[in-house]
Amino acid sequence: MVEIATQLWGGFLVAFEPLNLMLIILGCTVGLFIGAMPGLGSVNGVAILLPLTFLVPPTGAIIFLAAIYYGAMYGGAISSIMLGIPGASTAVATTFDGRPLAKQGMADKALTAAAVASFVGGSISVVLFTFFAPPLAHVALTFGAPEEFSLMMLAFATFVGLGGDDIPKTIFSICIGLALSAVGLDIISGEPRLVFGDIPGFMHGINFLVLAIGIYGIGEMLWTVEENYKAGGKSMLSDATITVERTISNLRELLGTWKTAVMGSFLGYFVGILPAAGATPGSLMSYGIAKQISKDPDKFGKGAIDGVVAPESANNAASTGSMLPMLTLGIPGSPTTAILLGGMVIWGLEPGPRLFTDHSDFVWGLIASLYAANLFAVIINIAFIPAFIWVLKLPFTLLAPIIFLLCLIGGYAPTQDMHDVWLMLIFGIVGYLMRKLDYPLAPAVLAIVLGPLAEPALRQSLLISNGEFSIFFTRPYSGPIMISALILLFLPVLAIVWKRIKSSMAKA
Amino acid sequence: MRKAELAMASVMGIFSLYLMWKSAELPIGWIAGEGPGGGAWPFWLAAIMFICCILIIVNWVRRKSPPSQSEETFMDQGTIIAVGLVAGSLIVTVALFYVVGVYGALPLFMIFYVRFLGRHSWPVTATMATVSPVLTFFFFDILLKITLPKGLPIIEETIFYPLFKIFL
Repeated sequence: MVEIATQLWGGFLVAFEPLNLMLIILGCTVGLFIGAMPGLGSVNGVAILLPLTFLVPPTGAIIFLAAIYYGAMYGGAISSIMLGIPGASTAVATTFDGRPLAKQGMADKALTAAAVASFVGGSISVVLFTFFAPPLAHVALTFGAPEEFSLMMLAFATFVGLGGDDIPKTIFSICIGLALSAVGLDIISGEPRLVFGDIPGFMHGINFLVLAIGIYGIGEMLWTVEENYKAGGKSMLSDATITVERTISNLRELLGTWKTAVMGSFLGYFVGILPAAGATPGSLMSYGIAKQISKDPDKFGKGAIDGVVAPESANNAASTGSMLPMLTLGIPGSPTTAILLGGMVIWGLEPGPRLFTDHSDFVWGLIASLYAANLFAVIINIAFIPAFIWVLKLPFTLLAPIIFLLCLIGGYAPTQDMHDVWLMLIFGIVGYLMRKLDYPLAPAVLAIVLGPLAEPALRQSLLISNGEFSIFFTRPYSGPIMISALILLFLPVLAIVWKRIKSSMAKA
Repeated sequence: MRKAELAMASVMGIFSLYLMWKSAELPIGWIAGEGPGGGAWPFWLAAIMFICCILIIVNWVRRKSPPSQSEETFMDQGTIIAVGLVAGSLIVTVALFYVVGVYGALPLFMIFYVRFLGRHSWPVTATMATVSPVLTFFFFDILLKITLPKGLPIIEETIFYPLFKIFL
């Protein structure tokens, strides 16, 4: 313990060198804005700015990239709350309650909650990272394909069991998202699959962002256009205000959510460590559990502050967690850490168990910079909240074309293919019509994110077990997870049966 | 609303059947040594989607879901015009990307939306129509090096090549 503290102190001395400190602040600010743009997330930020880091020494470079990563994780919540468009898949769950809060004129509360929860998630996870790095990495390694698939099932089951929406429509939404994620090349045989009308654009699959921006961007905006028309042109995206008193009362209210934040942080951190899982399932599961343990679960989805705190603490904790297998084992836990890993290899730093001994100043400098980045990111984020609130107060007819512009470019940017822009428009219009008919669309977006992870996990598991589904129930970690998923999945049916038994008993 | 609920469930049901048929282009059964065939996963998902559509129609007949009980019109004429104008202008804007590029289509979209739908003054319209493409250009094309569509080659050659020479 003393040894770790000494090394951490040494790390702080590295992180607080003037150049590194400047890089942390710059990285957090750049990351915040990149993360806040719909369509651009931490992956884009880190990938685009990677070449710039060759101008500074390797320690400074990785510190800069890690600060961008942190800043972007904070920023992802901003477009989720303000515009209802998740900036990245990790921020999808933040829209569920963040957007309703903004619509009720409490965007400041949601933004503050997101920033503070991210800070708590980041802080707890970085402490866990400091003290429990190697043993946790080994537990995570015991997770194989069956465990991963069970985790995915748990994520989907939270929607069906706790969503409160029409069940056939929820299941339909999950399945269509998963089916759309199967478009493109079959990952195992390499053959083209579901290439509609032999259009070449489908060969590269359907990017999650195309569906997310279509549904949440275009679809949501068309919905707002309709509301605006019905309100006689007076509707706004958010009638938010911000004052010192409001901020203090918001912070006071946030104190009551500490349990959710701590739960989200631990859960997010552990899910983040798992290879190939990452922050998206982590934030979703955290949301589901927060709803389950809440005294007022009906408020979720309508503007519950815990509904913002849970996913935001989890996704930040997961982003720190995903650095752990990257540093200790050389296995990236998320696309962003994969790029960081690439950077490290270019600088001649070989990740793996020996990194901690061979380049201890680098490792501890990075860990200390995570503490610093977390602190600066929350300060920068809170400082910008008044500016974000000001933007929201623009008239709808000025803000709407800007959001449409961001949607069109956000749909084009990831693949740079016009096919995706058209597809996004189609998803937007169909999504708007489906939403009018009470089809829940969030499960579809999450399904298209998790689909590419769930399908190989299922196929590999079945290959291991020779087609036996019992593999999901007989393994020590997979069994309990899968059983919890099935219980959640059948919760609505069990609730109906229970009601009938109760009413028949009352009649008797 | 009732008719729309039935129509949507039917269209999605047909789409599910199409997906099942399309998935079956790849093997949907078990392949020895390879596990489930490439089409199995989407095939069974589409089958579940189809069952869900039938359940939605059953709920419609029994008037169980809120849209199947509602007597409201799905979209009145005013809504169709308001939403249709916005959706239509987006489709036209994307189509114009091929001809005049993003930087030609965006100002036109801004003028249409801000001036004609939003009824803002000409100075506000002009500011939006000039500032938004300029900021977009510097952020995406120059800073992030994400090249947005420029339209016909002649536009790219005469306008953007000189700009890239200056800024890149």
